[in-house]
Order: sequence, then structure tokens, then C-alpha cells
Amino acid sequence: MNAATLARTRGSLVGRPRGAGHVLETLAAWALALLWLLPLVYAFWTAFHPTEYSTHFSLSAPWTFDNIVHAWHAAPFARYFVNTVILVTMVLAAQLVLVTLAAYAFARYTFPGRDVAFALVLVQLMIMPDVLIVENYRTISALGLKDTILAIGLPYMASAFGIFLLRQTFKTVPRELDEAARVEGCTPLQTLWKVYVPLARPTYLAYALVSVSYHWNNFLWPLIVTNSVETRPVTVGLQVFSATDQGIDWAIITAATLLSVAPLLLAFLLFQRQFVQSFMRAGIR
Amino acid sequence: MTRSREWLHAWLLLLPACVLLVLFTHFPAVANLWHSFYSTPKGARPARFIGLDNYRALVDDPIFWQALQNNALYALGTIPLSIALALLMAVWVNGRIRGKGFLRLAFFTPTVLPMIAVANIWLFFYTPEYGLIEQVTKGLGFASHNWLGSKSTALACLMVVAVWKEAGFFMIFYVAALQAMSPQLAEAAAIEGASRWYFFRRVTFPLLMPTTLFVLVNAIINAFRLVDHVVVMTRGGPDNATSLLLYYIYEIGFRFWDPAYAAALTMVLLVVLGAVAIAQFVFLERRTHYQ
Repeated sequence: MNAATLARTRGSLVGRPRGAGHVLETLAAWALALLWLLPLVYAFWTAFHPTEYSTHFSLSAPWTFDNIVHAWHAAPFARYFVNTVILVTMVLAAQLVLVTLAAYAFARYTFPGRDVAFALVLVQLMIMPDVLIVENYRTISALGLKDTILAIGLPYMASAFGIFLLRQTFKTVPRELDEAARVEGCTPLQTLWKVYVPLARPTYLAYALVSVSYHWNNFLWPLIVTNSVETRPVTVGLQVFSATDQGIDWAIITAATLLSVAPLLLAFLLFQRQFVQSFMRAGIR
Repeated sequence: MTRSREWLHAWLLLLPACVLLVLFTHFPAVANLWHSFYSTPKGARPARFIGLDNYRALVDDPIFWQALQNNALYALGTIPLSIALALLMAVWVNGRIRGKGFLRLAFFTPTVLPMIAVANIWLFFYTPEYGLIEQVTKGLGFASHNWLGSKSTALACLMVVAVWKEAGFFMIFYVAALQAMSPQLAEAAAIEGASRWYFFRRVTFPLLMPTTLFVLVNAIINAFRLVDHVVVMTRGGPDNATSLLLYYIYEIGFRFWDPAYAAALTMVLLVVLGAVAIAQFVFLERRTHYQ
């Protein structure tokens, strides 16, 4: 028996429920899980069956792709997807660069004002751009960026969360590696690129997944700054689609909803472990 | 490297991030305070200094108080419930129940979906006559009820959606903390003959306290930051019964185009978030003392 299995067996001594209690608990857990999945299962049912079965369940109900096809053609979803992909890529690319540079400065330099500067960065963890919508709209208008994809992403590009997360990781890099690189003649930026960035790869992955899902899902700020098909991300597009035309039936709206979450949901189902671990890693400070 | 060169390098590395942070976090927070003392420009009349008038209007505004009260109720209703559920889910997912992978997937999936999309799905649930909930209650012989359309149930409906969406997110932090716990503790408790519930109450739960604090802070911020489902499901109605603070700010700022009054409202939101930040700081300080 190796150490890991030994630890696991020991750990189960108290944690293990017995007999009828265990069966009851398993049933409760499964019931809750099914309840949790119910909204999604229901959405799938509605989206892939003809309208007359939207609220009427029957095993013999025919399956159909009509709702999905109809929804896809009823609004410029292809364009919305392109906008979202541009937005998410742009924000992530900018974040990775800015966050890496700032985190390196905070982790490995001593300079006057460092602690104050770091405290000021952390302010953004509490007061996110999400709540400063009125003033940020004023700023975006003054910059002449209203109704552009850049305007959606700009307030989020310097991410306090990313700086914090990466600074923690950079601090765990042994100083000897840093010094060895310097002796080899590396400039600070080369050291950052060749020593720190490769060692922080898991943190980058975690941060990237969290950032992409955040900006794919973001809604209120894009709703405020965008005003045209060319700039709207898919969340705003979906809202415009389902709110404007009251005549559209639920099968179509549900189909459009599933359509808009499909890429992220598929990615999540395929890389479930990475997603969960990334969110975990990002949450542990 | 000389010291001044090192300082220069550090600040150059910080510069790009600092510019954007100042431009979209610190400057707007200060500018917001400034603008809350001015009137909204109307037509040819520019904004003028009106002192505390916006705040006086705010004190006299019943909708503001309603939104604040709604938000407090919303926070009190969703946070304890989603944290308790998250803890329960984590204990299950971390225990020895059959199909743990499936359970984790089921609990976590709502987290990766956009609030706007899940709000659309839940909107359908709550629809009068056709919605799933109506079908169930009708089947059981209850009278028809417009869940989102009546003042007494609309806010509770939004709270259900929020709990459903957030519990799985908080669960993973508890799972991570449970996995990091030393198995010797369980061993010692087993030798002492401690019951499962006793072990949880006296050992597991106190050890999870830092995680609970972390989750609590996140939950409070989210309760004041996320209003997407209000936009989709109720637009603050009926009769402002579901207006949350940020939604009211959005309405005043971008539907009634009164940015000056919206700035005063935003100050209230900033004070709430600032209070959370200070409380967290105090608690975290205390935590580090006995570690």
C-alpha cells in the first residue's frame, strides 16, 4: 500500500457513511444534481422539438433542428459570434501582457511606493469596472470609442485579479534561477520571458479560462457601450433578439439561447477537469 | 544594476497596467464623487454645482430605498443559502458517493453559462400558463400564479436563479479546501469515536473558515454587481419590486439619462463595496494572527 492509498483509507474512517444513511444520502445528492440539471435538460427539450411539444412531454415527440436553423437566420448570430471571439481574444491578449509585466515588477523589484501601488491595484478587486458604468461611459465617449469592440474590453484589460494571481506565482520562482539567467547576460525582460513565464504556465492557463468565460458571459457593460450589429457580443445580441420581437415563440428563443452558449458549454464539457481546476486555482490565494 | 535604474525599470513595467487601472477604476471613482455634486446638463443649460441636492433627492426617493431594501433582501436570501448548498455539494463531491464526476458536472455547469442565457431559460420556467412551474402546480391542483408578475414572488424568483447559478461556483473552493485537509484529523476523530456530524461541526467547519470568508466576500460583491437577470426577467418590475441598486443606477443613467443622479446612487454602491473591503481587511488581519 503506497502512501497515497494509505492516506485515502485513513481519510475515509470518519467520512464514510454507513448503511441506510448512505443510501439516503446518495439519493439526496442525485436528486439535487438532477434538479440542478433540469433547466438545461428542459431547454434542450424545447429547442430540439417542434413548438407544440415545448410544454408537452411525450416520448414519441419528433426531434427537429428547425428551431436552431430558424434562430440562426432570424438574427445575425454569426456576426455576434465573430464579435465575441474578437472581444475575448483582444482582452485576453492585452491582459496577459499587462498583467505579466506588472506582476513581475511587484514580485521581484523593490522600489519606493511599491506597497501603496499594490494596494491601489487591489482596489479593483472590490470596485470592478462593472459598477462604474456611468463614469466609464463618459470616459469612453470622451475617447470617441463609443460602439466599438475595443470600448467593451478596455476597462478590463488591466486586471487586478490577474496581477495578484501572477505575482503569487512569480514569488515562488527560486531567486537562483533569476540570478543564473542574469549571469548568462539576460536583460530583465529576457529573464521574465525565459524563466518566469514558462514556470507560470498552469497559472496562465487558469487565468485564461477564467478570463475567457467572464468576458464571453459579460452583459451589462457591453449592452451600454454597443449599439450596432457590428459590435454587439453574443450575450447582447441574444437579449436584443429575445426582447424585441414578442411574437417569437419559446422554442426559437430557447434554441437561440442554447446556440449562444454552445461553444462555451462544449469547451467546458470537453475540458471539464481543466475548467474546474482553473477556477479552483484562481480562487485560492 | 544601480538602485535608481531598478526603480525606473519597475515603474516602466507597471506603467501600462497603471494607466488603464487609473483611467477605469481610480479616476472614475473620484470623478463620480465630483459629478454627484453637479446637476445633469439639460439642452443649452450646462451642468452646475448644486452641492448636496442629488443626495437630498436620493434620501427622498422611495424607489432608491426600495432598490436598496430589495438588494439587502436579495443578499440575505441568496448568500447563506448558496454557501450552505455549496458546502453540502462539496462534502458530497469529496466523499464516497457513486457518480461523483456526474454530480460535480451537474453542480458546476450553471457557473460557466452566461447569466443572460440562464435567465432566458428560467423566464420560460416562470411563464404563466405554459411554464414548467405552472404545469406542476396546475397538475397538483393549485390556482394559477404569475410568479414574475406579482410583487410578492418576483424577487424570490430572481433569488432562486442566483442560488442555482452560484452554489456550484462556491462548491469548488470548498472542494479544494477539503482536499487540502490532513487525513490525520479524521483518523484521530475515528479513534475517539466521534460521529460524522460532530466531526464536521467541530473540525471540518472551523477549518474551512478561511474559505467561507473568501466565498462570503465574493458572494456579497456578486450580489451587488450582477444584475443581468433583472434586465432579462423583470426589468425591475413589477412596480420596482425587483429593482436592485445597480439596476436602478443603469435605469437612471441610461434610460432616463440623468448621469448626475446616477453618480449619487453609484456613491452608495461604492460605500457598500468599500465597507465590505474594510470588513474583509479586518477579518483577514485577525486570521493571520493565529496562523
